[in-house]
Amino acid sequence: MNTVEAGAKSTLEGVKDSSENILEVSNLCIDYLLNEGEFRAVNNVSFNIAKGEIFGLAGESGCGKSTIAFAINRLLQPPAYISGGEILLEGKNTLRMTDTELASIRWKKVSMVFQSAMNSLNPVITVAEQFRDMLHRHQGLNPQQSAQRAAQLLTLVGIDPSRLNDYPHQFSGGMRQRIVIAIGLALNPDLIVMDEPTTALDVVVQREILQQIYKLREQFGFSILFITHDLSLMTQFCDRIGVMYKGELVEVDSAENILHQPQHSYTQKLWSAIPTPFGDSVMSQYAAAKETEVTQ
Amino acid sequence: MSNNETNILNNPQSTQSEPSQDTDTVLEVSDLAKTFSVGHGFKRTEVKALRDVSFSLKKGRALALVGESGSGKSTVARVIMKMYEASAGDVKYAGESILGKKSAAQMRAYRSAVQMVFQDPFGSLNPAHNIYHHIARPLLTHGHVTDKTKLQAAVFDILSQVELDPEVTAYKYPHELSGGQRQRVALARTLAVAAKVVLADEPTSMLDVSIRIDVLNLLKRMKDDNGIAFLYITHDIATARYFAEDIAVMYQGQIIEWGRCGDVIDNPQHPYTKLLLSAVPDAGVRFDEINPQQAYYLENAQTIRDVSGESSTAIQRVADNHFIRVQDFSILNSPSATA
Repeated sequence: MNTVEAGAKSTLEGVKDSSENILEVSNLCIDYLLNEGEFRAVNNVSFNIAKGEIFGLAGESGCGKSTIAFAINRLLQPPAYISGGEILLEGKNTLRMTDTELASIRWKKVSMVFQSAMNSLNPVITVAEQFRDMLHRHQGLNPQQSAQRAAQLLTLVGIDPSRLNDYPHQFSGGMRQRIVIAIGLALNPDLIVMDEPTTALDVVVQREILQQIYKLREQFGFSILFITHDLSLMTQFCDRIGVMYKGELVEVDSAENILHQPQHSYTQKLWSAIPTPFGDSVMSQYAAAKETEVTQ
Repeated sequence: MSNNETNILNNPQSTQSEPSQDTDTVLEVSDLAKTFSVGHGFKRTEVKALRDVSFSLKKGRALALVGESGSGKSTVARVIMKMYEASAGDVKYAGESILGKKSAAQMRAYRSAVQMVFQDPFGSLNPAHNIYHHIARPLLTHGHVTDKTKLQAAVFDILSQVELDPEVTAYKYPHELSGGQRQRVALARTLAVAAKVVLADEPTSMLDVSIRIDVLNLLKRMKDDNGIAFLYITHDIATARYFAEDIAVMYQGQIIEWGRCGDVIDNPQHPYTKLLLSAVPDAGVRFDEINPQQAYYLENAQTIRDVSGESSTAIQRVADNHFIRVQDFSILNSPSATA
């Protein structure tokens, strides 16, 4: 046990070396402009993602995790605005980039898979065409070349390339999600931001897709920022986890430590609110929950 | 198959030798089938949404109906609520069939006994009325309160039973409440009706993780203190384990494995249940550390799905209160580890 912890800690320290990091977020603050004044959605958040690492952001809804995901790609729409801090992508500050610079990093360096990604496909064009715009703009591919590349990518995520000329509605939700992930992989990005990529799917499909992403990560070595509210899933999938509460990052640690030795009281509380499916811990958990209610 | 066993799902008649078991049975579903026809003309086909579904709900107990989306879980609840007519089979409440045409009085009596709670607490409350109205109305229509001077006390009592502060909540409108509070109001409504059976269709899946457990604990208290029989429809095995005594795993309209919740989850027998459980997030096990058996079921997911979808009427008893539907899985090479 001790050796495992020591190992986890040493990788943590290793991460601090800036040349190893694909993404560095420091003192990020994001505000929403409301009639009554400003609402601080993200408060002074700092974290890094190393090359090839899967970093998870956990927390309940409204804690600001998706806001951070949108900020990384600079996709935030008013009334939200970034009021402070830096987002360094391979050492370059994305917040100071011009629109053309931004356009060149989107998809190529950072790609994004949204929460309801399966609904983000254009319903009136075929799957092959969904790839075309991005491949043309970044790599100047013609329709034939982009269809070829799309076929390769579909094979990668486990979809039969013969379905290239089908429309999104002809696919199941899980397959559409795979297509969006394939689009995200198209330009070999260094970082993929995944905001609840499998929340709308069944557990078996969810497992199949994540297992595939896990394998692809080993193959291509990209980093992932993975956002979900399912803490159990997160500890299975991520290397390091940051727990957010009311816009603040309250704890960052290896997945191992977040599971076995959560330090912050909020992380501990979050764990106690999640029923466990296996073993006998279930009833003891209920008893504990009752006890805390009594003490409250 | 075993006709003399006290089987929670099939052959409820066989339990008649044990009166204590029988009087506890509130709602009984036997050999229920529902077929939808889709398309028109030559393209017309039939979708078998339910096939041969049998179970019974008992006083103060919960049966979890689990399965992936499209497996027919919600269709079961809708047939019981008479939103759909059954194609075959029977649903009995207190020994009497509820299917077919019923008089208004019979329907009211049935509605006052069986209530449903929906997944979406944002859509199930009327935005134009305050919470007081939502609770007071069923109290009056079902005749639980006839004296209007006592109405407020009754409403406040029910709101405090679901742990909402009556003074604060009663005169608020649904949009002023959080998702968890709204779901509590939906549960309070079933208490106002004084339902004996509650069909809860994914009651916690739209709620935040941090408040999910509180709503589950409230459901537990309603089950234990008020003796309500629950049909808990979910895709979340963890909450099913937490809340329900019994579990039935459904796939493509058939129940393929059922029994005591702990027995089925810790010792699954049907390959589809094993597949489902291999995919359930388990915090302790990293993705690269899955055991060979788990990996085997995930790799053969499509084959297992195909075979599990086939109709079968053969049922095998695995242990006391643990049954599976027998299907031909010879196509799968049996995995080396069977622990």
